[in-house]
Amino acid sequence: MRKKAFVAVVVLAAASRLSAADATPKIIDYSREVQPILSAHCYACHGPDDGKRKAKLRLDRRDAAIKKAIKPGDAAHSSLISRVSSDDDDEVMPPANKKDRLTPAQIDVLRRWIDEGAKFDIHWSYVKPVRPALPAVKNKSWAHNAVDTFIAASQEAHGLAPAPETDRITLIRRLSFDLTGLPPAPEEVDGFVNDTSPEAYEKLVNRLLASKHYGERMAMYWLDAVRYADTAGYHSDNHRDVWLFRNYVIDAFNANKRFDQFTIEQLAGDLLPNPTNEQRIASGYNRLLQTTEEGGAQPKEYTAKYAADRVRNASSVWLASTMGCCECHNHKFDPFTTRDFYSFGAFFADIQEKAVGRQDQTPILPPEDAARVKLFDEQLALLRSTLDRPSIELDALQAVWEKSVRAEGVKGLPKPVADALAIDPAKRTPQQKQAITKHYRSIAPELEAIRKATADVQAKRDPLLKNAPTTLVTTAIPPRVVRVLPRGNWLDDSGEVVQPTVPVFLASLDTKGKRATRLDLAKWIVAPENPLTARVFVNRLWKICFGQGIVKSLDDFGIQGSLPSHPQLLDWLAVEFVEKGWDIKYLLKLMTMSNTYRQSSVASQVVREKDPTNIWLARQGRFRLEAEMVRDNCLAVSGLLSSKIGGPSVKPYQPAGYWSFLNFPKREWQADKGESVYRRGLYTYWCRTFLHPSLLAFDAPTREECTVDRTRSSTPLQALVLLNDPIYVEAARSLAARIMKEGGPDMETRLNWTYRRALSRGVKSEEVKLLTELYQKHLTEFQKDMPGAQKAVTVGQLSAPKNMDTAELAAWTSVARVILNLHETVTRN
Amino acid sequence: MLSLATRINRRAFLGHSACGLGSIALASLLDPGLLRGADRDKVQGWKGVINPPHHDPKVKRVIWLYMAGGPSHLETFDYKPTLAKMNGKPMPESFTKGQPIAQLQGAKLNCLAPQHEFKKCGQSGQEISSLFRHLAGVADDIAIIRSLHTNAINHDPAHTLMNTGTTISGRPSAGSWVWYGLGSDSENLPGFIVLTSTGASGQQQPIAQRQWHSGFLPGNFQGVHFHSKGDPVLYVKSPEGVTADRQRDVVDAIQALNRLYNEQVKDSEIATRISQYEMAFRMQSSVPGLMDLSAETKETLDLYGTRGGDGSFAANCLLARRLAERGVRFIQLYHRDWDHHGGIKNDIQKVAKEVDQAMAALLKDLKRRGLLDSTLVIWGGEFGRTPMAQGNGRDHHIKGFSMWLAGGGIKGGITYGATDEFGYNAVENVVHVNDLHATMLHLLGIDHERLTYPYQGRNFRLTDVAGKLIQGVLA
Repeated sequence: MRKKAFVAVVVLAAASRLSAADATPKIIDYSREVQPILSAHCYACHGPDDGKRKAKLRLDRRDAAIKKAIKPGDAAHSSLISRVSSDDDDEVMPPANKKDRLTPAQIDVLRRWIDEGAKFDIHWSYVKPVRPALPAVKNKSWAHNAVDTFIAASQEAHGLAPAPETDRITLIRRLSFDLTGLPPAPEEVDGFVNDTSPEAYEKLVNRLLASKHYGERMAMYWLDAVRYADTAGYHSDNHRDVWLFRNYVIDAFNANKRFDQFTIEQLAGDLLPNPTNEQRIASGYNRLLQTTEEGGAQPKEYTAKYAADRVRNASSVWLASTMGCCECHNHKFDPFTTRDFYSFGAFFADIQEKAVGRQDQTPILPPEDAARVKLFDEQLALLRSTLDRPSIELDALQAVWEKSVRAEGVKGLPKPVADALAIDPAKRTPQQKQAITKHYRSIAPELEAIRKATADVQAKRDPLLKNAPTTLVTTAIPPRVVRVLPRGNWLDDSGEVVQPTVPVFLASLDTKGKRATRLDLAKWIVAPENPLTARVFVNRLWKICFGQGIVKSLDDFGIQGSLPSHPQLLDWLAVEFVEKGWDIKYLLKLMTMSNTYRQSSVASQVVREKDPTNIWLARQGRFRLEAEMVRDNCLAVSGLLSSKIGGPSVKPYQPAGYWSFLNFPKREWQADKGESVYRRGLYTYWCRTFLHPSLLAFDAPTREECTVDRTRSSTPLQALVLLNDPIYVEAARSLAARIMKEGGPDMETRLNWTYRRALSRGVKSEEVKLLTELYQKHLTEFQKDMPGAQKAVTVGQLSAPKNMDTAELAAWTSVARVILNLHETVTRN
Repeated sequence: MLSLATRINRRAFLGHSACGLGSIALASLLDPGLLRGADRDKVQGWKGVINPPHHDPKVKRVIWLYMAGGPSHLETFDYKPTLAKMNGKPMPESFTKGQPIAQLQGAKLNCLAPQHEFKKCGQSGQEISSLFRHLAGVADDIAIIRSLHTNAINHDPAHTLMNTGTTISGRPSAGSWVWYGLGSDSENLPGFIVLTSTGASGQQQPIAQRQWHSGFLPGNFQGVHFHSKGDPVLYVKSPEGVTADRQRDVVDAIQALNRLYNEQVKDSEIATRISQYEMAFRMQSSVPGLMDLSAETKETLDLYGTRGGDGSFAANCLLARRLAERGVRFIQLYHRDWDHHGGIKNDIQKVAKEVDQAMAALLKDLKRRGLLDSTLVIWGGEFGRTPMAQGNGRDHHIKGFSMWLAGGGIKGGITYGATDEFGYNAVENVVHVNDLHATMLHLLGIDHERLTYPYQGRNFRLTDVAGKLIQGVLA
């Protein structure tokens, strides 16, 4: 009787995490059930980190564990079980002072697992994915593609059915935000809603994937990961030019560059044979980290910091691994070692940079300009050698000149020349002689033609370089020596010298005895054998389409990370991605064409209760737009948005004094004028120490470290931004003017016009009623308060349109502000 | 798995599900008629994940007087007669060899005598620099710690460590942790507010927003910077021409339309947004009043030495008291002007004058209003300064420096820990930044090992992997 109750508890506990429907006790699954317990409660002292291991016991490997604590098949005689279930404070594990006793359910999992033979598996993400067979499903008609088949199977296993397909308005809105970050125009909505062809939806997907704004939307995501910013980060946080890198990212996504190539170019574009400008710009990835110019910063310390930063970033971006933990000790949970950490860092030891100080910018010239500069440089070399060539005639002329100068006085000559001339010619040092000759040749009338030619060439060459945009690129130099730093201490030189290697438990590189390079690293990252990269990236694409990953911890595929909710689907997608040539658009199309994607995001009470966090995707996700998209959407709706792609960062309005705590030098944010104020959010100047407050309020990261999963908060500051930030007020006013001009003759028509722009749908009668009340009230008030009305319609750089009734415009501005602030307006659903 | 459970918890807080606020609370947000007045306010604030506290808290709030730039301990709270005797003589190499050093890299290292006198103050006879005439008057209320040490020798990473417990960027600041852990008693103001001021003598290091950032915690817990110029909170002012009543009309319409929308989609996130708009509107009316010091008596203004409205440290101290009265959980005041690489004798006198009267006034004012017992006041910078001269100043120093604490649970009138005779290394009762954080959390009723947040596979905490209580300063 008691035992039965106990099993029920266990099943319930497991069910709450995994499954609501499946009630038959199963064989215990090591990865899903056992390892999380051992990892969370035991590995800190009995895991991979030999530095902190207690009692020489490790529980992360079977061979070691069965020697001491585990007797496979016999839980009753396994000390692991007796220790974790002990009532004795001196015996119990985890130790009594750790205050994290295992629950009876957890102990029972361990007990059953040992009784079943204590089978260990390699952690799922470290095993190369193989394409699983498609599961059998009942709901065949719904399972449009492989994505649906896997999703349907899990829905069915959990007693859920898919939500109905959402309406076309929501669908085009969702798809437009997901693939371009912009709302659909009303005409686009009509076109889709009225398209009765069976391919209507596919045409829409194709059109949006082909939009030039697709690259911008994907770049927003990638720039977070690689921590793109316009300032250096530490201390004085000065400007640097890296916008060409952003252009590269946008262009790469738009051109659908293969993800493996995209990876290689960023990590090692400079090491490719005859690298193109594009590849050199891409290699700027290695330079995006935070750097310092602080006086008194020690180069050795910062060299160590930069190495660690690069390991953290590259391992997060491509491997979703938390290698940063190994800077001081072996990883507590995953099999990464400290040696792995520093060996990984050694790949980046060849990057030319200043440990402390302003980084050197590299001008990027179009190939034809670069060829011209090369030609000019050759000409200049030739001309200079002519000027310097030994010549008896010139020497004779020089002697005459010297004589006259000595007679007339050396006034006006450069001091070294004058000094040298004062010395007896026989007693002059070679340097003094050279100084005189050099000076003479710079003034000798006989050489005038050559000097002029030189100046002409120089005048053609210099502007080419001066006008060229610059960026930070990677240039390889002989690699620095990299040592393991004991406990991460950069002052300690006692650690072993390491060569570049990838984490030992994952692979070893065969570089034929040569030192491995960043190119080798990049190629390993995108090798089909790499178990992590493809899974990591498809999981992040999944997040774009569904709001959360198949693995919820987008940045941690390690043992402490979340387990995939649909492991087979994840593997299927990863294999498909690689086999189809790392084709990002193909994969996004696969996801967005699925019926899973097209479901309604409105869920019944039953579904919400059964699956509150939407693990089984019996509905689509609903979430707030990302920071940049909140802005872009508002500007697009109001008609202010600039459609310009790429280029240097821009400075929209920002409250005065916001930068007053920056120093060395002190700076003022000078807002741009004209079109630049209305560019998309991703072009906003990204200052790491004081990020633009409107972006910051909506959870844009400061990009000091890799961010792949922005938090989504809802705060009063967001409300203040949408209500009061001048750009949102100006947008509302612009929208108001358009309503009056283009919206139609009467209140309802106008509101309908506005709703179709802002929300893609028509307005409802209750909404008309509410907004009309507001409009009438404010119209009456503004008519009595014309100075107020005048102020309300002059926020921002644009002047209010002429020939419009000011009170009416002010009242419509109030209405537009309401609409731009709606939850629905800032939500993708 | 743990992370999932916590995620649900977090989502609940963010409003994705009803279990965070309670279903009545949610319903009330969607239909304000259900709850009124005080009841309604009760359900809107975030009450923290440590609820109830791990143990009886000694204090409810923290006021952190953060002296940015690195105040010299040798001119403030740690008198070194030996250093005075050694003035101009070489610093013994046994101290400095192989140690990190900032701007004095490669320079000759000579001792620089303390540039100001110290006095014994109060009943306790605390040794305090003559720079702090007013603080001397409350010497018996403060516990001086002379044995701090930190890991980072440059301002930026040292600030990061002092605020987040580690030098790696991207972790939550102490104020964000405390707000997340305990919530806030204020319905009209954020739970973590930052005030900033700048000294007049030009030794001002930059500070960065990351010092009050919420890191990987939800963005809700970001410290809010109150500005002394322009809008006190960014975008808190309604647009030109929009009166408070008109703004209210706009907000009411937004709320009404959001409620209508919710009837259709049943998204609990909408309730959260509605409550945030309410809070925003309340801030619009409460913040200007808060910043307006005209209601303070002349006696109080004189006590602090301010007339307000000037963005001074003194005005900020008075604001800090007002924020404390309004239930704000964590108040951090930065004053920048402590980076005395040169001219330390005169410049530290100037900056000390800028803070001395006001910080003493803050302690007195809190005390007479019965608030000091429930407040922890922390004073200090990101590091100290070298016993060695850098011209007529001092370089950054991390091996030993001073701070002081005052308020509930703190033993006043004591000096805790010590540096060696040169003021170089903390040698007695050594205190790390992580220990300071552990002690601060302890006083707030939090076991620092149990205020955690799962991120990248680990339960992160403010005290990283260290932190022990500074028992000696606890009452």
